[in-house]
Amino acid sequence: MLSQSISMGVIELKRKHDAAAVNSSLVRRPIRRWAPLFMGPMLCAFAIGFVYPFCKGVYLSFCKFKTTSDAQFIGLGNYIKALNDASFVHSFWYTALFALVSLVFINVLAFAVAYALTQGIKGSNLFRTVFFMPNLIGGIVLGYVWSMIFDGILSRYNTSILLETKYGFWGLIILMCWQQVGYMMIIYIAGLQAVPEDMLEAAKIDGANRWQTLWKVTIPNVMPSITICTFLTLTNSFKLFDQNLALTGGQPYIIQSDGSAIKTTEMLALNIYNTFYGQNVNSRGTAQAKAVLFFLLVAAIGLIQLRATRKKEVQQ
Amino acid sequence: MKKYLALVLALVMALSLVACGNKTAEEPSGDGDTTEAAGRVFWLNFKPEADGTLQKVAAMYTEKTGVPVTIQTAASGTYNETLTAAMDKEAPPTMFVVGNQAAVDTWGDYCYDLTGTPIAGELTTDAYNLYDADGKLCSIGYCYECYGIIVNEDLLAKAGYQLSDITNFETLKAVVEDIHSRAAELGFDAFTSSSMSSDSSWRFTGHLANLEYYYESVDDPDAWKVCPPSIKGTYMQNFKNLWDLYINNSAVAPSTLAAGGYDAQAEFGKEQAVFYQNGSWEWAALTGTGADQYGLDNLSMIPFYCGVAGEEKAGLNCGTENCWAVNAKASAEDIQATLDFMYWLVTDAEVSRMLVDEFAVMPYKQAAESTCGFLADANAYAAEGNYVMPWVTNFQPNVDAYREAIVAAMNQYDNDPTDANWEQVKTAFVDGWAVQYAAANG
Repeated sequence: MLSQSISMGVIELKRKHDAAAVNSSLVRRPIRRWAPLFMGPMLCAFAIGFVYPFCKGVYLSFCKFKTTSDAQFIGLGNYIKALNDASFVHSFWYTALFALVSLVFINVLAFAVAYALTQGIKGSNLFRTVFFMPNLIGGIVLGYVWSMIFDGILSRYNTSILLETKYGFWGLIILMCWQQVGYMMIIYIAGLQAVPEDMLEAAKIDGANRWQTLWKVTIPNVMPSITICTFLTLTNSFKLFDQNLALTGGQPYIIQSDGSAIKTTEMLALNIYNTFYGQNVNSRGTAQAKAVLFFLLVAAIGLIQLRATRKKEVQQ
Repeated sequence: MKKYLALVLALVMALSLVACGNKTAEEPSGDGDTTEAAGRVFWLNFKPEADGTLQKVAAMYTEKTGVPVTIQTAASGTYNETLTAAMDKEAPPTMFVVGNQAAVDTWGDYCYDLTGTPIAGELTTDAYNLYDADGKLCSIGYCYECYGIIVNEDLLAKAGYQLSDITNFETLKAVVEDIHSRAAELGFDAFTSSSMSSDSSWRFTGHLANLEYYYESVDDPDAWKVCPPSIKGTYMQNFKNLWDLYINNSAVAPSTLAAGGYDAQAEFGKEQAVFYQNGSWEWAALTGTGADQYGLDNLSMIPFYCGVAGEEKAGLNCGTENCWAVNAKASAEDIQATLDFMYWLVTDAEVSRMLVDEFAVMPYKQAAESTCGFLADANAYAAEGNYVMPWVTNFQPNVDAYREAIVAAMNQYDNDPTDANWEQVKTAFVDGWAVQYAAANG
């Protein structure tokens, strides 16, 4: 007992020393002096690769333009056009529905797989690798491969994934689950392995069954992983582009009586792309305005999520 | 010691960043010393299959005159995107492709007025030139093409027919349906597959659709001098006639066309079908004897016989989307260099031979003779007094969005060929035109 408290004291002392050392001007001055050199390149790259294009993008959303260097300021017209565009509104709700459904499916499946693979089954490592592998394939390739798989099955019933909105929707859900479950699984496994053994043991001694242990001990302890995964799946779904483009490309369309078409499986990012390139140059500003709105949406989700994560951290 | 190491590392980092920056800045011009020669040429090429030849031609010109020529080729189907990006760079293309009225609307300000230039004086026809609303000559055709229905006459003979048996839609239909009904016994079918995936759907939403626009424009030529704000759809039934013939008389089930993935060229090349709707650019692949070519002998191209009165006098669909424009926003030196380069391309015997072998034909007085059999067919029809069907399709407003909607509607129809579904195709085709016209001009 005594030796323990002494050693604690030693550690405490060392910590104080370390803190003092970091605060001493001997250490801090060179850090201060050299910081710009080490931060500089990164800052430059960030400014060139992100800040400048971003600001220019926001500016262009108020312009009419053919090429980005040849823009003419027109005010809010692009935003009005974007918000009045039925296809944009449709793609927003479609994306929201997709995000919600995929969020549930991906996380439940990923957690289940992670849970199963932390139970000490033989070959767990192999399974983990296999489940993770779909992540390594690019979205366009995945989209085409899965469209072949789906059409291979659906053609037996004389239909195709391009012909029914519901096939397109569930097809994309299956594809995204297949791709994302492995990644989320890794995060969940890390979380599950961090659940304190003694808590699990205590629960066992208290007579909790497996189901109770899962709900009352394991899940509350992996809440941080759950928050991260929810956030990732949500933003991934909102930003989804490649897979959407390659799997259905927005088909089937509803041809409205006035001749305009609503692409029933077109998500937000694809809608922006199609507005920019599929139509003539007058709509480029509109596409840019849509992109800014899209940024605000994703940023808002991100901020809400960040706050939620912080709250969780305080609780622990 | 550590201090020096840190300094060296930091320098390396900074230098590598500078090096990266330099590379991207230099990329568009493709060469560092543009100031040495008078002007430069930067051709943003539209035809990926021609890239090899064009690079050779560029090298020849630089060797001859010292003017640097850069040829960049846009990947298939991405010309619009590539051009948009390239125009933004420090050294934009001086020579690019403005192939239809929509492109004139988009890039009109960037087009140098070619009226009265030496290359314009070399043209044998005005038919493939594009003008803007003020009559400025925005772009000039550098090759033209024709499309129609390609026929394998050997197979037609095996089925007991000859080309002269087909003179209109009724006779075509009779021959096609007879061949299809005997497909198992003959060992080949009537039509190749009509896949609706993006690698093939343009054959129908772009080319086959031309018959509808063309006959409408014959009825009302004044309305079709420029892109009309709306169309009537008078000849939708004729479009449907041929489409039904295609999908119901081939070896593949119509319901599988949406997913596509068929290779119609290979089916035709391997003599699995007698008829194949496509254009003159197929000549080399179908008749050549090299690798990936099929070496077929007895091919002809016939018009779109679709049930219109008097169609016995129809000819092939001739036109082009291959039109050169010169960047008006380039420096005067670069414009002059580009015009000189273009003039050389169509007047030099050796080079025009190389280009004609690639492009099939070039409508210039001193250019080499064409060897393409399909274009010979087109000329033969015209010589017999048949009417040429120009590419009215080039007027399609917001062409990508417009065609995509037609594809989606046709997919529904192919899967379930009811009248209600055809109404959807009609809506996308006719009303969709007005919608896209408004979007493009609004």
